[in-house]
Amino acid sequence: MPTVTIDGRSIEVEKGTTILEAAKQIGIDIPHYCYHPGLRIAGSCRMCLVEIEGVPKLQIACYTPVTDGMVVHTQSEKVKEARRAVLEFLLVDHPLDCPVCDQAGECYLQIYYMQHGLHPSRVREDKLKRAKMKVLSEHIILDQERCILCSRCVRFTEEVTKSYELGIFHRGDRSVVDLYPGIQLHNRYQGNLADICPVGALTDRQFRFRTRVWYLEHAKSVCPGCSRGCNVFVDYNVRRGYKAGGRRIVRLRPRPNPWVNKYWMCDDGRYGFTWIEALDRILAPRRAEGGQLREISWSEAIRHAAQWITEAAREKRLAVLLSPKMTNEELYTADRLFRSLGARMIGYWAEPSSPGYEDEILIRGDKNPNTAGAHWIVGRASGIPQEDHLARLAEAMEAGQVDTAVIFLHDVEGAKAGERVLRALQRVERLIYLGTNWNRTATLSKLVFPATAFVEQDGTFTNFEGRVQRFWRAVEPLGQARPILSILRELAVACSVEPLPEDPEEVFALLALEHPFFSGMDYDRLGERGMRGQLEAPVEVRVK
Amino acid sequence: MPQVKIITQLFGVEDSHRLPVYERHGGYQAIRKVLSGMSPEAVIEEVKKSRLRGLGGAGFPTGLKWSFVPKDSQRPKYVVVNADEGEPGTFKDRYIMMNVPHNLLEGIMIAAYAIGAHTAYIYLRGEYVHPRRRLEQAIAEAYAKGYLGENIFGLGYKLDVYIHVGAGAYICGEETALLESLEGKKGWPRLKPPFPATVGAFGCPTVVNNVETLSYVPHIIQRGAEWFASLGTERSGGARILSVSGHVRRPGIYEVTMSTTLREVIYEHAGGIREGRALKAVIPGGSSSPVLRAEEVDVACCFDALASIGSMAGSGGVIVMDETTCMFDALHNIVQFYAHESCGQCTPCRVGTGWLKRIMDRIGEGRGVPEDVDNLRAIAADMLGRTICPLGDAAAMPVMSFVDKFREEFEQHVREGRCSLRQTVREAVS
Repeated sequence: MPTVTIDGRSIEVEKGTTILEAAKQIGIDIPHYCYHPGLRIAGSCRMCLVEIEGVPKLQIACYTPVTDGMVVHTQSEKVKEARRAVLEFLLVDHPLDCPVCDQAGECYLQIYYMQHGLHPSRVREDKLKRAKMKVLSEHIILDQERCILCSRCVRFTEEVTKSYELGIFHRGDRSVVDLYPGIQLHNRYQGNLADICPVGALTDRQFRFRTRVWYLEHAKSVCPGCSRGCNVFVDYNVRRGYKAGGRRIVRLRPRPNPWVNKYWMCDDGRYGFTWIEALDRILAPRRAEGGQLREISWSEAIRHAAQWITEAAREKRLAVLLSPKMTNEELYTADRLFRSLGARMIGYWAEPSSPGYEDEILIRGDKNPNTAGAHWIVGRASGIPQEDHLARLAEAMEAGQVDTAVIFLHDVEGAKAGERVLRALQRVERLIYLGTNWNRTATLSKLVFPATAFVEQDGTFTNFEGRVQRFWRAVEPLGQARPILSILRELAVACSVEPLPEDPEEVFALLALEHPFFSGMDYDRLGERGMRGQLEAPVEVRVK
Repeated sequence: MPQVKIITQLFGVEDSHRLPVYERHGGYQAIRKVLSGMSPEAVIEEVKKSRLRGLGGAGFPTGLKWSFVPKDSQRPKYVVVNADEGEPGTFKDRYIMMNVPHNLLEGIMIAAYAIGAHTAYIYLRGEYVHPRRRLEQAIAEAYAKGYLGENIFGLGYKLDVYIHVGAGAYICGEETALLESLEGKKGWPRLKPPFPATVGAFGCPTVVNNVETLSYVPHIIQRGAEWFASLGTERSGGARILSVSGHVRRPGIYEVTMSTTLREVIYEHAGGIREGRALKAVIPGGSSSPVLRAEEVDVACCFDALASIGSMAGSGGVIVMDETTCMFDALHNIVQFYAHESCGQCTPCRVGTGWLKRIMDRIGEGRGVPEDVDNLRAIAADMLGRTICPLGDAAAMPVMSFVDKFREEFEQHVREGRCSLRQTVREAVS
């Protein structure tokens, strides 16, 4: 293993490590544009030039592997001068429209100019005109004048999505990034183009102009859009909410995790968060009265629910339908609570996906974030294949064995057995629903509890590979919504059952003790990138 | 030193481009000698000893380049001929391909044998329509005689030669851009290392040689490395063909030994400056080489001598400028060329070439400012040595040398907003 000295600090790295990566390992950030850890090395921006002792010319740090005994300087006068020159070149034709550019604040022309440039302009020439506001697709818009031709976007479409929509056309200073003729962007990962563009050339049409990025705060989270569980940042704005029509969540973007999503996320997940602040969010507990669902207080709702559940459980007429959209902690707590109360059946059900929906990159057919968790916590114990849970529930209801049902998060409409279940549910007198958004199942219910969305709580999901991953709360619950753990705790108290903690970390500790799949895990060990469980086989909803 | 006649010995002979004529004058003897008794290592050793250097411009020792091709590689190997001759002021390869295409083919055969290649590509400049016909005819003749194909000369070696026509980009003369273009991609230079000798065409070991370089190889094999080396200087063997253009009485190609000085080339071989005028400046090795003042021409045209005075021998394109030449105009022309031909891949060259051109355009329009002269030089210096391929240097070096050596003319253009020299010339003519 070669040892390299960078700015006077030595580090031993694996053979083949580039100077840029070695420097990163000891906290030295060598400025760069075209380098991206998830893409092939282009070596074209020339921003990462560094001085190597004994080598006459400056070398690009992104491409040059370290050799044993190499001595590198990243802050010498020669290097600083080269950086200044490259920045000056990049800014010659840049429109300098930062005040109206949505990238401002996270633009590497701005950042590096402040760090490495600060030179007065020598440019007297008119700037070259290029295409502006060129729509590349429903998600992405291009401003060629801001582009620095780092080719990250081109390489992304060539290497990651292999969809080949973008190229660099013409030559010399007439070069532009553009679509190949006659097409639009058509890959399912377009949002990443705006992420990897280091300047304001490619911006996200859903996000642009909604907020300035310096008003954003960031929470680490996990995308609940499918069983991959891509690690994400939730960017939210609670300081200037009025700027975005009251919506707090403005953007999801990938949070690198080499074992799950590398540097990317799909567009379904990225743009699929609008339900969190949609107008159909359930904001308060409601109870059916005279054909209408009327708002009631939390204490009243809990009291009613506890009464119904206790009565039904006593007569073995209670059914509970859990969901693979619930967290591991929620599944565990609900399972424990309803088992101790004596529910007739506790099942869960996940919508099967349509064939061909998944791909080889990230997108999974199973649109639930925690199917594996539901399997290990609920499904395995029940011994019933998960696709049969719904039918069993319908049978029990049809046979009149169940008169009280608690449904978590699901909308059964659209399921294969959905119509049958909905018909059966209409006969159930005491239907309790816990969920985030209104749907047909919720409106059939007699008692509705508003639950929090994933950005409003902490928790863990288990992805299809058995990786248990934490996510963190970003914003306050909307309206009167409460975390399911908190609702379950109140129900337990009201039902006079020993309540479980409402802190997810404490629940997880209990879960890890009880279920061998999670043994040895705790929140600290899961960290930011999660841990693989004691897995026998991948668990996922079968594609129907 | 007088001119020599090595590659050019058949120039002017009727039908010198036809196989029988070439053979009658001793052609295709070297390859027979190689195939019937020399090992590849011996061929490479002979070329090394001849001190033959790459005559496309870089001057890299040819034998050394061949020796870098891995011997034990199981992958196919390729010989690629750089016939993209794009350096302004250079036109020797065209004459070689027009007059003695079989000389080039023989060189290709020997190179292929030396590195173990069975396929060769000639990457030909797109504008060279007539040379292309000559090459095609020569290749057809060679196949017909069994000099190319499965079993060349009946001596058990297989070699196929293909012509690939470029589409008119200067950058495709850079060897890795050439390989990209040959592979059907956009002509963008590759990051190096790896060099083509290990990863070249289609990912396989490849030798890329200039037309003239390969054309010397048969003569070296025939007449011996010592003979060739002795013609030249200590580190540059033999001779080369200079393309002399500009304000000389007899522009054209001149095959001279490496020790021949530029003064001899200009005043003896090319007949001196036209109309008895005085020499002002010489670009010694194609448009990218730093310009020389009139008093600097007592220099041998070999790689080392020119490098020692801060210029370069390059492709041997000698551009001669007399006292009526406006150096601002001359540089403006060069700068426009590089701005047009920069491939646009890396930042300093893509932006620098265009920026330099726009400053020169503005000065030319009479809107220069005093800082422009310093800025021209500084921008060029910012490009130098910081690009992926040598095009950035090629664009920067003329700017720096012109400004350094003829600064007063640039200042005059900025100061007066017009060319005083052109005015003087016009008055003198009328």
